[in-house]
Amino acid sequence: MTTASVAAPERSLQSYLTERAGRGKLLMPYVTAGVTPDWLELVDAVIDAGADAVEIGIPFSDPAIDGTTIQEATVVALEAGMTPAAALQQLKSRRFGVPLIAMTHYNLVYRYGHERFAADLVAAGGWATILPDLPFEHAGEWIAAADAEGIENVLLAAPVTSDERLAMVVEKTGGFVYVVSTMGTTGARAGVDSAATVLARRVKSITDKPAVVGFGISSAETAVTAAREADGVIVASALMRRVLDGATVEDAAQLVAEIRAGLDAAYATQDL
Amino acid sequence: MTATRQLPPAASPLNMGEPDGLGFFGEFGGRYVGEPLIGACQEVEEAFIDAWADPGFRDEFLHVLNTYGGRPSPTTECDNLGEQLGLRLLLKREDLNHTGSHKINNVIGQALLAKRMGKTRLIAETGAGQHGVATATAAALLGMSCTVYMGEVDMRRQALNVFRMRLLGTEVVPAMSGSRTLKDAVNEAMRAWVSEVGDTHYCLGSVMGPHPYPWMVRTFHEVIGTEARQQVMDLTGGLPDVAVACVGGGSNAAGLFAGFADDPEVRLVGAEPAGGAAAGRGVPAIVHGMRAYFMQDEVGQILEAESISAGLDYPGLGPEHSHLAVTKRAEYHPVTDDEVLEAFQLLSRTEGIIPALESAHAIAWVANNAAELQGQTVLVNLSGRGDKDVEQVQEILER
Ligand SMILES: Cc1ncc(COP(=O)(O)O)c(C=O)c1O
Repeated sequence: MTTASVAAPERSLQSYLTERAGRGKLLMPYVTAGVTPDWLELVDAVIDAGADAVEIGIPFSDPAIDGTTIQEATVVALEAGMTPAAALQQLKSRRFGVPLIAMTHYNLVYRYGHERFAADLVAAGGWATILPDLPFEHAGEWIAAADAEGIENVLLAAPVTSDERLAMVVEKTGGFVYVVSTMGTTGARAGVDSAATVLARRVKSITDKPAVVGFGISSAETAVTAAREADGVIVASALMRRVLDGATVEDAAQLVAEIRAGLDAAYATQDL
Repeated sequence: MTATRQLPPAASPLNMGEPDGLGFFGEFGGRYVGEPLIGACQEVEEAFIDAWADPGFRDEFLHVLNTYGGRPSPTTECDNLGEQLGLRLLLKREDLNHTGSHKINNVIGQALLAKRMGKTRLIAETGAGQHGVATATAAALLGMSCTVYMGEVDMRRQALNVFRMRLLGTEVVPAMSGSRTLKDAVNEAMRAWVSEVGDTHYCLGSVMGPHPYPWMVRTFHEVIGTEARQQVMDLTGGLPDVAVACVGGGSNAAGLFAGFADDPEVRLVGAEPAGGAAAGRGVPAIVHGMRAYFMQDEVGQILEAESISAGLDYPGLGPEHSHLAVTKRAEYHPVTDDEVLEAFQLLSRTEGIIPALESAHAIAWVANNAAELQGQTVLVNLSGRGDKDVEQVQEILER
């Protein structure tokens, strides 16, 4: 029943990102499925603005790891009737030029059924998942189902993660290491926590896998700071904030273009 | 892990023993939290195992419960209502504890543990406000600062408890997301904990959340069942036929059940609100850090519970109860708001005891099933007193 468009072995987010990271810093915007009626256009627009991959947030009723902006985006999307199946179905109706990564809370994947979710995610153009409330100890069943479809499961590392645990996260993660910049929920912040730099350095010292910093990236300036020791950044709340405040697709994508330009300017001349 | 586990004799898998190394009771439990909270949960687990193995800690815990909390709470034989229902009715009087409910047991345990861990701050979620008041009380006693998260809807329903917490020096923060009730207060408290793990202990109020909370909270409440078992033996010369408790997250029920789980002849019954019947209407979900029964829609979005009592307004059921439900060692039955209102008045009128609306669920189950319980000895955990609910009930009855 698999409708995979790319054979599993050919599709590797880790190889893809590693290759792209050789050319510049990675930029991964996040879009909540259903946050606006034209959210698919927004996905297209952020890709045009220079995204290397796009995270698709599938809204969950109890987003315990999210800050106020993603919570708000979640409520709007749920009230508009967005479901996991609808999100995957709508994504499937288009072709995107870059890998998509589903980000959600584990209960939705669990209820959908591991095998079915993995297959439908591939059909929708998905390459990987980020399930922040599924620590690797409990991820066995999902990883088995994901592996069978060539879906990678991205694990998070936090500033408080011990060296011992970080080694396991780095070993078990698929695609890249999600470096949580700060001890807090998702949400745009004016500055980047120095913890992000320290953690990115710790990660890079023990692995060749890409390390991408997320939580709190709000501008070109914060992106440049956050990316210093890492391979790239994730921009979520700042983008969703613009959308929730009524920005057009073009205006919202402009933020991504600015960050792309900022990263390229800051790092282009360096021997990446 | 440094300390060895020295808990009460491990029960058979059917009963209430220790969870496995990953925090599972059978297939329920676990630690489904984000990476930033993993370390904090491990720290609580290690501290709890170490403290509970230390007789000095246990002595201090019991000393505070006895000299400050008012333990042991008595077991009262209710002749009037018992006769009316045709059964022998015994009430374990957690309503007589300091702050008016069983919640103080757990809170004293966790606050002492937090001190031992070097934490200076407590945070908590609350539904009815009882756990919030108990946490605020323990914080005042132990000189810790305290913030309580409470659904905005509940803050209106339980305005008096909001004032009590503030009087005790605690900051009360409204949870404005989702249904603005208990489940959202839990989300808010978890979010806050992430950014404050250094100096803050999250004092969770029921047998729920990530490992070790369900196990630790039950352990701190086992004093209910231990006392009750002895008291019932002293009063009747034997064990009860049935032990009944109301179930929100399930802490008062877990404490009671723990005293009888190894007595197969004692039937264990949890009374759930019909509008929040996680065992009756739920399916396994992963939320609030655990795998447990939750009411949810067909795609897995968690539903809002609807109950007359804010303290039971929770769509889930703790993992150990989920396990007891699956193994059938305990039964869980729904009672309606109307039956609860009846029971609330019935106990007040016949025994001079005004129960918390939560506890009235357990009385309502007994009243509903009196025909089947004829001649039996029925032990009910009266988890709290009804002072906080009188105004709400007055409004309902007089409208
Ligand atoms: C008096 C009383 N009983 C019961 C409960 C429900 O909690 P649990 O199911 O954890 O015992 C509450 C919660 O606020 C309460 O105040």
